[in-house]
Amino acid sequence: MSHEAALHNHEGHGHDDHGHHEHHDTFLTKYVFSQDHKMIAKQFLITGMVWAVLGGLMSVLFRLQLGYPDASFPWLESILGKWAKGGQITPEAYYALVTTHGTVLVFFVLTAGLSGTFANFLIPLQIGARDMASPFLNMLSYWFFFIASIVMLSSLFVETGPFSGGWTAYPPLSALHDASPGSKTGMDLWIIAMALFVVSSLLGGLNYITTILNMRTKGMSMTRLPLSIWALFFTAVLGVLSFPVLLSGLILLIFDRNFGTSFYLSDIYVNGVGALSNEGGSAILFQHLFWFLGHPEVYIILLPAMGMVSEIMSVNSRKPIFGYMAMLGSLFAIAILAFLVWAHHMFVTGLNPLLGSVFVLLTLLIAVPSAIKVFNWLTTLWRGNIRFTPAMLFAIGFVSLFISGGLTGIWLGNAALDIYLHDSYFVVAHFHIVMGVASMFGMFAGVYHWFPKMYGRYLNNSLGYIHFWITMAGAYLIFWPMHYQGLAGMPRRYFDFSIWESFKQFAELNRFISTVAMIVFATQILFLINFFYSIFKGRKVTVLNPWESNTLEWTTPINPGHGNWPGEIPEVHRWPYDYGKDGHEFIPQTTPVGEDESGTH
Amino acid sequence: MATTQLETNTKIHPYKMLLWVGFGSIVMMFAGLTSAYIVKKSQANWLEFDLPNLFWFSTLVILVSSFTIQMAVKKAKAGEMAQYRGFLSVTAILGLTFIILQIRGFQALELNNVALTGARSNSAGSFLLVIAGLHLLHLVGGVIAIAVISLKALAAKSSTNQVLSVELAASYWHFVDILWIYLFVFLNWVG
Ligand code: HEM
Ligand SMILES: [Cu+2]
Repeated sequence: MSHEAALHNHEGHGHDDHGHHEHHDTFLTKYVFSQDHKMIAKQFLITGMVWAVLGGLMSVLFRLQLGYPDASFPWLESILGKWAKGGQITPEAYYALVTTHGTVLVFFVLTAGLSGTFANFLIPLQIGARDMASPFLNMLSYWFFFIASIVMLSSLFVETGPFSGGWTAYPPLSALHDASPGSKTGMDLWIIAMALFVVSSLLGGLNYITTILNMRTKGMSMTRLPLSIWALFFTAVLGVLSFPVLLSGLILLIFDRNFGTSFYLSDIYVNGVGALSNEGGSAILFQHLFWFLGHPEVYIILLPAMGMVSEIMSVNSRKPIFGYMAMLGSLFAIAILAFLVWAHHMFVTGLNPLLGSVFVLLTLLIAVPSAIKVFNWLTTLWRGNIRFTPAMLFAIGFVSLFISGGLTGIWLGNAALDIYLHDSYFVVAHFHIVMGVASMFGMFAGVYHWFPKMYGRYLNNSLGYIHFWITMAGAYLIFWPMHYQGLAGMPRRYFDFSIWESFKQFAELNRFISTVAMIVFATQILFLINFFYSIFKGRKVTVLNPWESNTLEWTTPINPGHGNWPGEIPEVHRWPYDYGKDGHEFIPQTTPVGEDESGTH
Repeated sequence: MATTQLETNTKIHPYKMLLWVGFGSIVMMFAGLTSAYIVKKSQANWLEFDLPNLFWFSTLVILVSSFTIQMAVKKAKAGEMAQYRGFLSVTAILGLTFIILQIRGFQALELNNVALTGARSNSAGSFLLVIAGLHLLHLVGGVIAIAVISLKALAAKSSTNQVLSVELAASYWHFVDILWIYLFVFLNWVG
């Protein structure tokens, strides 16, 4: 039993010893500086939720401006002070809000909050490991994220405000202190926070990859892994290979900002400053470095959602996932292509047209694996014995959103169309549907599905249904009209559209979108209430495997301790998708293959 | 090393695999920088200059240090404490020498009127500073690791508990060495 000694000397002598072991954990080691992957997952989740609320609130504030550009709300001034003088958000504050909203949602919520939570929670539990390869580095990964969060948060409170040049941080706004108020201290803090964030996700990613490759239990071959694990694996690979390139780009940015170098800056003329002394820098160079991360990043956000949706769909359709190997192949294809398409964000930068058409071709190729995945989800649902749990609804909602947003991706991937649509609300609609809301749905699906394993209690179903339907309807009501606005030429990142004759037609539509956005935001509060109430007061889980699922996490005790299994780690005999096989409702991965069983995976 | 007892399904120690995946990350960081270098060089306004000879010496030093750390691993495995400590210390000293030579190299460029930073700088020089400087930071990390292991080696009676640490440190050290060779070739001839 040497392996038991590894993480916990006190465990592994049966469940009874459990209480004995808890004595050694202080509050600090159990809840704060925990090295237990399950606790770290919860830390990522809760921190991510805090950011989701803050980021969501920011969007409510700037939607207020877009919906009611002429109105004045005195209460705004009492919350925001000089950022809302006279009850109206200032342009500078508007840009700061949009920028911080984007940065926070993309990186802190949908990367750290999503991968951080579910890679940590699911990988050891579903592959049959007691913890990560290095629990210590794993803990550091969270704390780097935490410090990054504090630094980013503090940028909201500096005199000149947070960075306001967009989440993509293009120079010269990001490189020049004098370019805008947000380019001063706010940008310094933005860079520091992002650098810390990169370190956090690297430490996490290294651990996830190593753990999946190296620490699977007996019998768990790579092709017996649940698709959730495969998706998290490719996510980590994308992160480990692309985040360092962003870091390189940021380091060059730091040099331009502070040491007078000319990587991105050239002898441009700046109002109030005059011509810069820099020579020969190229702002486009930053865009290449940024989007070399930026595009893989959108898949870093999407893949975990895809993986969890596959798993949840199979469990709740009571059917094997359709085309396991095709799902795996498409994940692989998406991961490879993710590195080869970044310049589709740069069609209007004066890119060589020949190069542009290569990027068009590669970009449109992504539609192939994407379509395969959609087909397989739909065929998994087909004639299934579907259980419409809230998790399942969010999973189905994910597929709907992925189809809608993927289709507009094909429009944008054509350079000829994109030159017109670039930087318009069409792009905003595209990426919010396909990435923002879809991945959020994946995250909700995951939380609803694995909450019983996380906290040993159930979430309230009725609240879950209300949460789903309003959010689903709201997502389409908010973002569908934006396609039309974009087609009509309405540019993104403008503070006030009411002064243009051509956009006056959208005044009412903008007010409508803003109203729905507030309703949807309020609905998320319902989810928060459900979440925190259920942690303490939810209905208790009394069976090991409430969803009658095949995967390993449901073979652990209802409230597993550090080390996950009190005794030996179970051995795996089959793939995780034996639902409705040979007349059995479901056959867990730990069940040995019977003598007269039909072909097994 | 508590985790050495963790169950694994390959023969590779988890820490070693972590390190190797980490190499992939570091490679991408420098791949990003050297690609940016190539893009930038192809545009107008690029200053051509020769690398000072000091960088040849530092290359020689780092090559030798790879050999000495490998000897340290060998001696640690054989349990020959005195020699193990000796090779570790020599490696650390060579590492420090490399650091000094690199910094001298940067200073030599500045003396030759190749400004690395500031208003007079050209991105050719700035790139050299950033690329070689970041490499240097990675090497400093290695020196610190070796220093920690050396201190433990001084206190320890036998080397059996240290084989894993010194093997990890050696892998990292070889990696940083090979990385520098790549950068050196790149900066001298390719770029
Ligand atoms: C068939 C698949 C897809 C294609 C062909 C595609 C294509 C594109 C193109 C060409 C753009 C640039 C638009 C512009 O700025 O002018 C774009 C923007 C974007 N896409 Fe997609 N896309 C696809 C799927 C996705 C997915 C799955 C995600 C995320 C999960 C995603 C996230 C984004 C984001 C975040 C942006 C905007 C970034 C910004 O400028 O702020 N896309 N897409
Ligand atoms: Cu993209």
